[in-house]
Amino acid sequence: SRAGGSGGEEVAVSDSKESFLRRWVFSLDHKVIGIQYGLTSLVFLAVGFCLILIMRWQLAYPGEPVPIVGDLLGPLRAPDGVLQPEFYNQLGAMHGSIMVFLAIVPLVVGAFGNYLVPLQVGAPDMAFPRLNMLSYWTYLLAGLVIFSGFFLPGGAANSGWTSYPPLSVIATEGQTAWLVGMLILIASSLLGSINIIVTIVQLRAPGLDFFKLPFFIWAQLVTSFLLLLAFPALQAAAVLQLMDRTVGTSFFLPSGLVISGEVMEVSGGGSPLLWQHLFWFLAHPEVYVLILPAFGIVAEVIANNTRRPLWGYRAMVGSTLVLAFLSFIVWAHHMFLTGMGTAISSFFQATTMIISIPSVVILTALFLSLWGGSIRFNTPMLFALAFLPMFGLGGLTGLPLGLAATDIQLHDTYYVIGHFHYIVAPGTIFAIFAGIYYWFPKITGRRMSERLGKLHFWPSLLCMNGVFLPMFAVGLAGVSRRLYDGGATYEFAQETLILNKVMSHSAYTLAAVQVFFVINLFWSLFRGERATANPWDATTLEWTLCSSPPKAHGNFDVAPVVVRGPYEYSPVEREDVDFLAQGEASA
Amino acid sequence: MDIPYTVEERSDTRLSNGKLGMWLFLASEAMFFGSLVSAYALLRFAADDWPLGSDVLTVPTAAMNTALLIASSVSMTAAFLAIEAGHLGAFRRWLGLTTLLGIIFLVVKGYEYREKLSHGLGPEDSTFLALYFALTGVHALHLVGGLVVNLFQLGPGVALWRRRPEQFVRRIEVTGLYWHFVDLVWLVLFPLLYLT
Amino acid sequence: MIPGQVILGLSMADWLGLPEDWSQDGHHIDQLLVLVHWLILTVLIAFAAYFVLALVRFRAGAHPQAERKGPSSRWLWVVAGGIFAFEVILMAFFEIPLWVSREKLPAPEESTVVRVTGEQFAWNFHYPGEDGIFGATDPEYIDEINTLGLDYDDPASNDDLVTINQMHVPLGKPVLVLLGSKDVIHAFSIPVMRVKQDAIPGSRIALSFTPTRTGRTEIACAQLCGLGHYRMRAFLTVESEEEFAAWFEEELEYM
Ligand code: HEA
Ligand code: HEA
Ligand code: CUA
Ligand SMILES: [Cu+2]
Repeated sequence: SRAGGSGGEEVAVSDSKESFLRRWVFSLDHKVIGIQYGLTSLVFLAVGFCLILIMRWQLAYPGEPVPIVGDLLGPLRAPDGVLQPEFYNQLGAMHGSIMVFLAIVPLVVGAFGNYLVPLQVGAPDMAFPRLNMLSYWTYLLAGLVIFSGFFLPGGAANSGWTSYPPLSVIATEGQTAWLVGMLILIASSLLGSINIIVTIVQLRAPGLDFFKLPFFIWAQLVTSFLLLLAFPALQAAAVLQLMDRTVGTSFFLPSGLVISGEVMEVSGGGSPLLWQHLFWFLAHPEVYVLILPAFGIVAEVIANNTRRPLWGYRAMVGSTLVLAFLSFIVWAHHMFLTGMGTAISSFFQATTMIISIPSVVILTALFLSLWGGSIRFNTPMLFALAFLPMFGLGGLTGLPLGLAATDIQLHDTYYVIGHFHYIVAPGTIFAIFAGIYYWFPKITGRRMSERLGKLHFWPSLLCMNGVFLPMFAVGLAGVSRRLYDGGATYEFAQETLILNKVMSHSAYTLAAVQVFFVINLFWSLFRGERATANPWDATTLEWTLCSSPPKAHGNFDVAPVVVRGPYEYSPVEREDVDFLAQGEASA
Repeated sequence: MDIPYTVEERSDTRLSNGKLGMWLFLASEAMFFGSLVSAYALLRFAADDWPLGSDVLTVPTAAMNTALLIASSVSMTAAFLAIEAGHLGAFRRWLGLTTLLGIIFLVVKGYEYREKLSHGLGPEDSTFLALYFALTGVHALHLVGGLVVNLFQLGPGVALWRRRPEQFVRRIEVTGLYWHFVDLVWLVLFPLLYLT
Repeated sequence: MIPGQVILGLSMADWLGLPEDWSQDGHHIDQLLVLVHWLILTVLIAFAAYFVLALVRFRAGAHPQAERKGPSSRWLWVVAGGIFAFEVILMAFFEIPLWVSREKLPAPEESTVVRVTGEQFAWNFHYPGEDGIFGATDPEYIDEINTLGLDYDDPASNDDLVTINQMHVPLGKPVLVLLGSKDVIHAFSIPVMRVKQDAIPGSRIALSFTPTRTGRTEIACAQLCGLGHYRMRAFLTVESEEEFAAWFEEELEYM
């Protein structure tokens, strides 16, 4: 058996003799940990989706019993199958938290990052395999703690994923579970991001200097820095809110609060806005964490399937860095309506307008990458291509939100919901699908079915737009988000109510067509066409390994040496070949 | 294939993995304490009145604690130099001293807390006290973490010294970085809470 | 005012499906919304056209050998520069002046001054009455009837009016709202007045609007504030000066 050092201890690593537990459960191998992250976060993605499906029923048919699951929810949450407003709020807060923190980030960083970063930089494993395993298990624990809120008296956290105090401080116990869970999750994310950065910086193969890194790696590197430096703000805020809830401090409680007619017995003197500053200091960089790895995946798939080098690689890398820096100074654009003077609002909208430019550069570069290519429309490429206009629409609708004056009309309406879902759902989720279809052969040794893939893609694209496009109209009409009845109370919202039904039915159809994906996943795992080592004729290092590389420590039998850039497709100097691989086995 | 650069430095980055990892961790920690300190600043400037720290808290005890921590940083450096020079015995004495100083710090801190609480001054009584308990509390937790690591290096951790001395030295170096950082945090908290 | 602006504004305002505009200054916001949506639409159409063209022209079937050299980098700077220039113009010439003008509040003597206080899940409206002075309040006095804890020993309280979920204002006169909250954060939103502002406990934030039409409209709470958030609705009635005075007298009787 081979040995690999992790922070010094010998790590027993071996071949097939390893016990099942060592190999699949408490594995130290980055590929297995990546798969563990992937499966867990896909389950959370499905859970987050189910929560919103329940909510969408109430939005379309307020006060009518939820079919199928309504009776299972219990008399406290849904008497006679009709959702209670307090349960609606729990579902909303948990949908947002689960999607952002437990589904998408662990998928794009935990799963894709873990599996691919060491392979693409030519490393034997992550730099700290033990910490890597620890980071997965703490993530799982955090997820369970947050989710366990549903089973506490009073139910799960119900103050939105943003957890604004004083509401969250006076909320039921589920909020404590949310806070404790977040603290654990932040620890997990800290371990994960340190690991990714050290792996990229230290374990790069000889010859792989920074400007030869695949764009995917750059995206992971910058994302990890964002996680590393932004999350501590929420960690601090969560500690303070936990103290407000448990030991009776008043960090976020001003003097003179009167809750349901009773003067609240606290010292007061705190500031509700302090939480918002700390939260958004994290949460704005966090939204780039949701999108940068998606850019990375899409860039790989597009370069590969246009058979051209990525257009503007350096401009994209530069933009990513600028984006990361600026993302720390735009947070207050979420707080324009908290009573800001002109100076502050002008500062934050100026930074917001400036930060939109690197996104424009990245997206334009990806669009220009298509020009002159020889485009193959396989399933990963379809998802990657659809990502471009979907992200574009989501990004563009950020602009009226970024201008403080127009945000007056749009703040806290469905327009905001439409804005960011275009980015994270037909944006990031599509990028994730592209990545799964693309790297599935490498991971499992088999290819996914193209036919099922296309059956998955087209209706998904249609339904995503069916869910999210009407949100702009609803938002412009002035209908608030987080409304239990979808606006039915309000007269001015009556005309938009029909759209609630359109959105809900699109969401149900969207759920139904995911069946093609799930079938494809399992069918291909056992019956899919066997894949060669490099089924897509790709250039980066992971494709020099055999497909479904052995799940043990150490990836490359011979350490690879990198001799050229990541995207040598249709090389000029060699007209006889279609592409030149990035690395060569060292002689 | 072993994971490279666990002991030796990579030639282009001039870093070993553990050291880079620790620097990154400390960067994150700096953001954490930075956030808490900004919370302090925001709450303080928004407050109508704010007590002078020395009126509420006992400066002499805290000054003694500051001295203890500075001394512990010195002895931590001595421990590292000792192990780098290959003297296990001296290393153990210095690290033992460091740990002892840390423990005394915590005992004094605990005494200070008890005194405050027994005078009816708890975190729920004012924003100032809430910040005092929160900031010194998370600092104390960090110190506890450092003590656990030190005790490990004194006990079972030494096994590594026998197998791979160089790696052990790197580990102590990284342990020291953390310890100094926790001291540094205290050097910020002390004037912030007690003297202004 | 630039004439083009007006034309553009008119053609798209309906198209965006904005609520009716009952206020004197709301059209400035609408205009900015229209302009920024023109930007969105232009970029969207340009990119979509390019996208379709590229996909058709360079599909593998029609273009089996990819070209190594890509398009000139000029395009990138044209696009990024163009979008940025437009953003800067919107911000410097439209948004900032607008925000500044909204910061300028009317003098209390010339306006209808109302203290609006949110609570789970209702809006309290406190009018100072003829003396123009709000009576003192203290949370200790709060009960089911005295929802704001008005101190009746204070002479200034005697002519004060407090209503729940009913706000009346006279037509054409600026309304000065002093916004606060008793418990959690709410947001005071009147879509037809183009007004929305967070109500934050522990502070009073001033805002203003001038109604230009009589009628009854809705006030919504726009910030999640608990299980009754969706039904935290109040009504705003804009009426003539005389009707307003009559209403005020009548309500005062009930106090
Ligand atoms: C991944 C996530 C993500 C990303 C990338 C962004 C990107 C941006 N966001 Fe968004 N945002 C969120 C996630 C994201 N946001 C979330 C989750 C919220 C709500 C949180 C909550 O309250 O719950 C939010 C809310 C939010 C607000 C607060 C709104 C409010 O509450 O009132 C604002 C305001 O400034 C804003 C602005 C922007 C801007 C200017 C960008 C820019 O960076 C965008 C730049 C991109 C472009 C300008 C696109 C350019 C396009 C092209 C060049 C081509 C187009 C082509 C075709 C369409 C074919 N966002
Ligand atoms: C990354 C974040 C993310 C993602 C991906 C999504 C995805 C979706 N969201 Fe959500 N959403 C939020 C983040 C996200 N959301 C946040 C932060 C809020 C605000 C919460 C708050 O108010 O505090 C919100 C709020 C929100 C609302 C508003 C609720 C309200 O204001 O009351 C709505 C309404 O329709 C909605 C709908 C949807 C829908 C239909 C999807 C769909 O696109 C989902 C589609 C999902 C899939 C297509 C996945 C399919 C899964 C599989 C195929 C897995 C297979 C599994 C195995 C094999 C194990 N979301
Ligand atoms: Cu009050 Cu929502
Ligand atoms: Cu943001």
